[in-house]
Amino acid sequence: MAEEKKEKKKKIRPDRLPMPKQRPDERVRNFDEVALGFTPELAIEEALRCLQCKKPMCVTGCPVEIDIPGFISCIAEGDFDGSIRILKEKNALPAVCGRVCPQEEQCEKLCVLGKKMEPVAIGRLERFAADYEASQGKVEFPEIAKKTGKKIAIVGSGPAGITVAADLAALGYDITMFEALHDAGGVLMYGIPEFRLPKAIVNREVDYVRKLGVDIILDYVVGRTRTVQHILEEYDAVFVGSGAGLPWFLGIPGENLNGVYSANEYLTRVNLMKGYLFPEHDTPIKRPHKVAVVGGGNVAMDSARTALRLGADESHIVYRRSREELPARLEEVENAEEEGVIFDFLTLPTKCIGDDRGWLVGMECLRMELGEPDASGRRKPIPIEGSEFIMEVDAMVAAIGNSPNPLIPQTTDGLEIGRKGNIEADETTGKTSLAKVWAGGDVVTGAATVINAMGAGRIAARSIHEYLTGAESSEE
Amino acid sequence: MIVPNIHELIVEAPNVAGSIKPGQFVIVRPTEQGERVPLSVSDFDRKAGTITTMFQEVGESTSKLALLKAGNEIPTFAGPLGVESEIENFGTVLLIGGCYGIGSIYPIARALKEAGNKIYVILEGRSGYLIYWEKKYGEIAEKFVVLTRDGTRGYKDHVNRLSEILEAEKIKPDRVIANGCTFLMKRVSDETRPMGIKTIVSMNPIMIDGTGMCGVCRLTVGGETKFACVDGPEFDAHLIDWDEFLQRRKTYNEEETEPLRRSGSGTEQHMHHVCGA
Repeated sequence: MAEEKKEKKKKIRPDRLPMPKQRPDERVRNFDEVALGFTPELAIEEALRCLQCKKPMCVTGCPVEIDIPGFISCIAEGDFDGSIRILKEKNALPAVCGRVCPQEEQCEKLCVLGKKMEPVAIGRLERFAADYEASQGKVEFPEIAKKTGKKIAIVGSGPAGITVAADLAALGYDITMFEALHDAGGVLMYGIPEFRLPKAIVNREVDYVRKLGVDIILDYVVGRTRTVQHILEEYDAVFVGSGAGLPWFLGIPGENLNGVYSANEYLTRVNLMKGYLFPEHDTPIKRPHKVAVVGGGNVAMDSARTALRLGADESHIVYRRSREELPARLEEVENAEEEGVIFDFLTLPTKCIGDDRGWLVGMECLRMELGEPDASGRRKPIPIEGSEFIMEVDAMVAAIGNSPNPLIPQTTDGLEIGRKGNIEADETTGKTSLAKVWAGGDVVTGAATVINAMGAGRIAARSIHEYLTGAESSEE
Repeated sequence: MIVPNIHELIVEAPNVAGSIKPGQFVIVRPTEQGERVPLSVSDFDRKAGTITTMFQEVGESTSKLALLKAGNEIPTFAGPLGVESEIENFGTVLLIGGCYGIGSIYPIARALKEAGNKIYVILEGRSGYLIYWEKKYGEIAEKFVVLTRDGTRGYKDHVNRLSEILEAEKIKPDRVIANGCTFLMKRVSDETRPMGIKTIVSMNPIMIDGTGMCGVCRLTVGGETKFACVDGPEFDAHLIDWDEFLQRRKTYNEEETEPLRRSGSGTEQHMHHVCGA
């Protein structure tokens, strides 16, 4: 046994297998998924690189504590059904997470193999297992516990809400999900582009939740159609996962010129409303020639790459720090670079310039240099005096973040709201200041990741279950 | 069609009708490929579970809505959205409506009347045949005045004659509320500013989600950025940057009329994309 292991160790490839992708020059002309996924052969080969550590550090980096060595060893043995079973024990949306988790900051960062070689491509393997199950057409469902007779209302059908729904439905609760938009999935639907997360996959995951018996009501705006208090009269518990809200703008002159968008608007027009299919779909989107996306996160990368697909001659990322500080998922930065997005690092727009009809024609920018780290731990950008220059652009997309959605905070009496408009919720339980009301995801933390929202959903589901079964500690 | 190009749409939407308050609006999709269109609400019946909206047919989406017949269904009717109107006893309130605004001031006028206000109404239109709901207003207003551009009914001209009308009709409002196209509301605001009368308008920017997420409905009010879908749609008219608002509303003028150029609007074939254009 030890000899076998030693032999396997000798054969470990130092590099992880690259993800098969559409060619950059082709993919900038379509909205199809960029990453094509592993074949079973590639998946097994990559899975064999895993050391099956006795103390898997990767698991500690996973916000939902997936048994990573477990699912990977199944793949290595060709038992793909087994691998998805293990994945789904902890993760309701493996097809989504395999595509959008910043694995390089989470599991893969702690991978022991990664200390001497490239870490195991955990995310790619998760994606493979989920896609394989779907391609076989036989999705497994967990055993649903006996009906408890208790009803839970979930506000928002994004990753947080979906996780709470899946977890609690399996425990026998009657779940109703209220979604304000006309399609379920939240940011998975309107925010993340088709070429990164195909909507067919989102629909599949939402359908899975429906098949668990969850009732999803669309076009229902909790806070307005009905308040949270009103809902509490009919339900035993409420989970609020209403997500993102009003976009942040830079606060510079000219930001209301025609041609200046928030990334939320830009992406919603394209992803949710299928603006790239105008006029077959009625919602229009402009196709500017030279686009400047301000920001450095995933949303900024998505916006810049979307601009290319809409036919922009030039698509820029304008970021006030350097490449090292970019918060975006590494694979998306690399994809953007491959596709020809131009990165203007150490640059900050200070003014939007318009023509006499109110249309954006350019941005005045300042060059920056990096000083000491600021409160966020990243090096602080300092303007270089006298470095003003004009960048000619006909569209600017502000992708610098957003505040939590204001509807529930504004319409729910007694709900404690933080300084930034977020719902205050206990980190370990998801409980808010209102009895029987839990919250999680972006509405609590501000803009963060899908997996964080899912982790918060898992925590809240556990707490709701404990509360409703009286299994909580006596201290309430 | 209630008067040329203005359509009355009554939709069964019990969830919305159950909680809607005067001043709130809805977002509608006429088809699965349709836009999300914000529409003002001109009446609601909580018992029957219905919402009445008035809209002018101006482009692709309103054309599709105009083709609907009794018994049809539409995929989205979301709401109520926005902050409700302030309803208090202000004393005397003058409501001014033009186009779809003649309809949308009705729930507000009715509620204000119930709160003890003296209601006066000005109904504005290009010509006499575009005025509607006179009977409804006659039942709740102390007086209603008609104003037409061409003088075929009531006073001739536009709300630029407002101070003259107020004097002639002996109307002394403590508050003015104006709904309708942007030019009407802006003009009312210009007229009432020197009079020092608080004026509330219901803004109609471009919207997509309408739930406080995308920011396209932003306008500048009192030097600050506000979002019509969650902070409005009503705002203090005298604080609004009207020029910027008018400029932003024009963003998709070209795209909005493009489908109409492909084939005739308001035809069955156009609606179902049968003609192959």
